[in-house]
Amino acid sequence: MALSDILNIAGSGMNAQVVRMNTTASNLANAGVVSTTEEGAFRARRPVFEAILSSISGDAAQGGVRVTEIISDGSSPKRVFEPTNPASDEEGYVYASNVNEVAELIEMLDASRAYQNNVEVVTATRNLLSSTLEVLKTR
Amino acid sequence: MSILGKYESYLGFSQAALDIKARRVQVISENIINASTPNYRAKDINFEKILGDRLKQAELNDHAPVNTKISSREIQASTFYRVPLSPSVDNNTVEIGVEQAKFGQATSDYQASLQFFEGKVSSLFKAIRGE
Repeated sequence: MALSDILNIAGSGMNAQVVRMNTTASNLANAGVVSTTEEGAFRARRPVFEAILSSISGDAAQGGVRVTEIISDGSSPKRVFEPTNPASDEEGYVYASNVNEVAELIEMLDASRAYQNNVEVVTATRNLLSSTLEVLKTR
Repeated sequence: MSILGKYESYLGFSQAALDIKARRVQVISENIINASTPNYRAKDINFEKILGDRLKQAELNDHAPVNTKISSREIQASTFYRVPLSPSVDNNTVEIGVEQAKFGQATSDYQASLQFFEGKVSSLFKAIRGE
């Protein structure tokens, strides 16, 4: 039944967007973390989305989206001169995270918008399903 | 024709219409759900193509009654990729505004088919009760 499949598809979308919001929240929370070494510095994390083959293009059970992996942002951490910081190295430098707060906030906004779209899909589908069930109600 | 066959021919068309419309809602919701998936290409179903093929087929068979069920192969053949209004960096061709509009259209199409189906069912009930 195509309509009830939609609920699963929207569920997979909501799940993926929640993972995205989670990583964004974690990035924002760790934005201020500093490290003594470059390798130890916190790097922003990003989920990678992939479309699940839909029932139309193949005979797979259903379509949707999934998170295949979570990658680290490739840009290098900032080297900041902070001699008073207990984590600073011999030269007085610390390595700050490469999190871009503005970009993260935009990411959060985009993820919550996408989540809301998925919720709308669920609501519309639920209405269609319930009006379909109404047809055979005893009259 | 058996009594079940009569119901089939009476309600079969509505069933096929509801099925194809639900499929279209599904395809468009897949587009909405994949709005942030890189390299995803927005799809849609061309119902007119299926209907046109069916009409041609009926003409060839001298207007003999055709099977109203729509196979997944037919749906696959009439699925097309949407051409985006503007390209995006990640090769995703979903334009959320377009998809939302199409989704609204698809759900009301489904409801319209449902109304026709409901009409048929209620006349069936009337015939059974002898009103």
